Amino acid sequence: MTKQVQQLDRVIIRFAGDSGDGMQLTGDRFTAETAKFGNDLSTLPNFPAEIRAPAGTLPGVSSFQLHFADHDILTPGDAPNVLVAMNPAALKANLGDLPRGADIIANTDEFTKRNLQKVGYATNPLEDDSLAEWRVHSLPLTSLTVKALEGFAISKKDAERAKNMFALGLLSWLYHRPTEATIKFLEAKFAKKPDIAKANVAAFQAGWNYGETTESFSVSYEIKPATLAPGVYRNISGNQALAYGLIAASVQSGLPLFLGSYPITPASDILHELSKHKRFGIRTFQAEDEIAGVGAALGAAFGGALGVTTTSGPGVALKAETVGLAVATELPLIVVDVQRAGPSTGMPTKTEQTDLLMAMFGRNGESPVPVVAPATPSDCFDAAVEAARIALAYRTPVMLLSDGYLANGSEPWRVPEVSELPDISVEFTTEPNGEDGTTYLPFKRDPETLARPWAVPGTPGLEHRIGGIEKADGSGNISYDPNNHDRMVRLRQAKIDGIDVPPLEVDDEDGDARVLVLGWGSTYGPIAAAVRRVRKDGGKVAQAHLRHLNPLPANTGDVLRSYDRVLLPEINLGQLALLLRARFLVDVISYNRVRGLPFKAEELAGVIQDVINSD
Amino acid sequence: MTESLNGKGLALVPKTDAKQSLKDFKSDQEVRWCPGCGDYAILAAVQSFLPELGLRRENIVFVSGIGCSSRFPYYMNTYGFHSIHGRAPAIATGLAASRPDLSVWVITGDGDALSIGGNHLIHALRRNVNLNILLFNNRIYGLTKGQYSPTSEIGKITKSTPMGSLDKPFNPISLALGAEAGFVARTIDSDRKHLHSVLREAAAHRGTSLVEIYQNCNIFNDGAFDALKEPETRDEITIRLEHGQPIVFGTGENEKAVRLSPQGGVEVVRRAEVAESEILVHDAHRPDPSVAFALSRLDDPAFEHVPIGIFRSVDRPAYDTLMSEQLEQAAADKGKGQLADLLLGGDTWRIA
Ligand SMILES: Cc1ncc(C[n+]2csc(CCOP(=O)(O)OP(=O)(O)O)c2C)c(N)n1
Ligand code: SF4
Ligand SMILES: [Mg+2]
Repeated sequence: MTKQVQQLDRVIIRFAGDSGDGMQLTGDRFTAETAKFGNDLSTLPNFPAEIRAPAGTLPGVSSFQLHFADHDILTPGDAPNVLVAMNPAALKANLGDLPRGADIIANTDEFTKRNLQKVGYATNPLEDDSLAEWRVHSLPLTSLTVKALEGFAISKKDAERAKNMFALGLLSWLYHRPTEATIKFLEAKFAKKPDIAKANVAAFQAGWNYGETTESFSVSYEIKPATLAPGVYRNISGNQALAYGLIAASVQSGLPLFLGSYPITPASDILHELSKHKRFGIRTFQAEDEIAGVGAALGAAFGGALGVTTTSGPGVALKAETVGLAVATELPLIVVDVQRAGPSTGMPTKTEQTDLLMAMFGRNGESPVPVVAPATPSDCFDAAVEAARIALAYRTPVMLLSDGYLANGSEPWRVPEVSELPDISVEFTTEPNGEDGTTYLPFKRDPETLARPWAVPGTPGLEHRIGGIEKADGSGNISYDPNNHDRMVRLRQAKIDGIDVPPLEVDDEDGDARVLVLGWGSTYGPIAAAVRRVRKDGGKVAQAHLRHLNPLPANTGDVLRSYDRVLLPEINLGQLALLLRARFLVDVISYNRVRGLPFKAEELAGVIQDVINSD
Repeated sequence: MTESLNGKGLALVPKTDAKQSLKDFKSDQEVRWCPGCGDYAILAAVQSFLPELGLRRENIVFVSGIGCSSRFPYYMNTYGFHSIHGRAPAIATGLAASRPDLSVWVITGDGDALSIGGNHLIHALRRNVNLNILLFNNRIYGLTKGQYSPTSEIGKITKSTPMGSLDKPFNPISLALGAEAGFVARTIDSDRKHLHSVLREAAAHRGTSLVEIYQNCNIFNDGAFDALKEPETRDEITIRLEHGQPIVFGTGENEKAVRLSPQGGVEVVRRAEVAESEILVHDAHRPDPSVAFALSRLDDPAFEHVPIGIFRSVDRPAYDTLMSEQLEQAAADKGKGQLADLLLGGDTWRIA
């Protein structure tokens, strides 16, 4: 039977199953195949914080969404075209997001009475007509897998477990994905258990063959590679890009990297990644808590290292006092906050932008700290290098605000040439800087940047003491002088305010938009996708995105004031809006949703359209 | 004086040939402790001791927390970091782990080390980075004007405990031994010679050393250690632990000895009543810490007899050494890291 092949320009697939079903792995592999094929792509993993929530329940559902296309795309997509539902819970949890006409591939083996009851289905939705609006492909995925693996020297349980690879094989057939890399991957992953490796490869191939022969699928799809800017590409997640950015910053600054960290979702993968690269001279230190993590990083910075600490919101709260010490001692330090839903433990695996005000102000005293926020997963690389540039040039702690969506999401990244990366090298002070030619003044500032000199232990003649007590301007000796304190408070502020950051760029196609939509951090993709939609429908809207939140680009006020209306979507209750209103007296229109999920482009397009229409 | 027990503590720190004296280690800052405070004696003892090590001054760093005692680094003409309350062990850990060429000293108080910083202290001890921790124990919060501390005796009357404190204190030596410390010692501000001998061994030890220093706060807890200082009582209650020596103390008729107790632990007996062979010979190198722990309990409850000296000095690999070895191993196995190779690792594709 020759099957029909249909051309598509883009597809959104969501793999959903129980936490134990290996959906993240399945999604990762499909993504790798898709990246290899050359499509543009964007991913959204969504999983529970529990390692294994009770099997078959709604809270136990884990999903992975992938959007891929023959053109450049900006988000993991609003609504899946295909849902792979490994059990009734996965169907129930995801059906609401599925537009009519979408495909549902359901594993009938798991639609047992007990499993249906667990999630409150009175009758089997695959058998009644409740799914009539969708195209349902009911397949006994588990038994097909077990059957395909008959004769393999593995247990029934292991055979059943391979069902995700069967599903992956089927989907790989359906979308013409290359398969060699997945086979290689499985062989490497199970290198120590060759029987399991063989079985998984066989399940994967059986899924592919099933697609070719079954009558459930009469059409397969082709999505041509995307034409992106020339270069070498790889797929990368935000956490990995951020880790690579830190390594690049170490190489480009010539300073050894010291990471002090305490495990926390969704930041731990940065610690894991950096721990693998010891041959770069990177020291990773898993501390007893977040306070020790940042303390050790600051101690290492005192010794001349590039000190970094990585965490999420609860950890930033614990580190606050030490970040204040870094402000007072004016030592370089990078504090990475991979934001997650709060307050308190909140929803550890879900995304949010709710730590902006904590990053800005969450310390005692006047304690200004630069804040940088990456816009996309791959931008985490550049943002990390930028954070290091600021920290080193201005001798200051810098907050790098990533979030769960960026951390775990992935996209193709044009790999930069090392020669394209900025030189952020620093020179330690080695000579006395006092008028008399013999004394060292640790707080005598560079007239341009207001940065203080950095003399590290081991440098003869420059022995000095620093600390959290107020220091006399210049000498750094303890000082309780009222006027000195006022001066130092203003100097520390002026140093941060004076940081050289690039101007805010506005994308205003024809220059005649009256509405500006502004964003920061991970909302970039959904906002840009929404702007495209509005424009396609003839709407006029300008877009600007803030990557530096402190200091703000010098032209920020002018940009805001040059539009009739400024719309600011944030995944918080209006934290940047609060800052902009206070700073510029501009009546920013806030749009806020705090659901632990990224915005959808369609939703934002509607909001933009409403603002345009409200004239 | 005990022999230099392992001597590797300073092997990686550059030495100087220049002759040093106490004056070289005095900074130009005016010392601001209360007149009569025990901190002065400890400062002078440290300043007069350091020349003996012959280290380059620029390779010595003092890191402290917050408290009266933590002002110490300002008075030392070395590198110094006066940090925040309780966190000095963490900060010093990052510094010492990334700079094995430094001699790093942590200065901390009983509140700083055992209350707010208790977690960092115990983890520093088990981790064993090359650090010397000097714990100034005045059994009171000095800087905040006299609240009871985690080493204050039960029933302590202070501003925050007008009817007496309720909680049992820590014994810092027992705590350190329980936290897997490799080097644990106690000394006292008033005995410079003893202080020097303990500091010498602490510096020579590679790994984390904890030295508890009894320190008089003459403003808020005056006389806390008088029994160990007054000529009438001093020799009757002070047990001077010396490696390789039988543990005996007291004078004349009151001479006492320490022996292993049949009930477990150790006990104090009249010397006249025990055979010489029964007297416990102090072995600071004993791998098992339980005898050292038992010795640390001898001052409980009320300073009846107080051991000072080196309870334990046992070699084990320092964390910073192991960490450096992993970096070298990684570079030896796969070659030094190359950024371009890293960035291009994984599956890549080219778009022309
Ligand atoms: C976070 C924080 N909490 C409380 C304090 C107030 N404080 C300063 S020193 C101190 C206790 C100091 O006692 P100790 O460590 O015994 O030092 P001493 O002054 O006795 O030498 C306290 C509670 C502080 N500086 N920082
Ligand atoms: S308060 Fe006590 S510990 Fe503090 S300086 Fe005065 S005497 Fe010393
Ligand atoms: Mg005290």
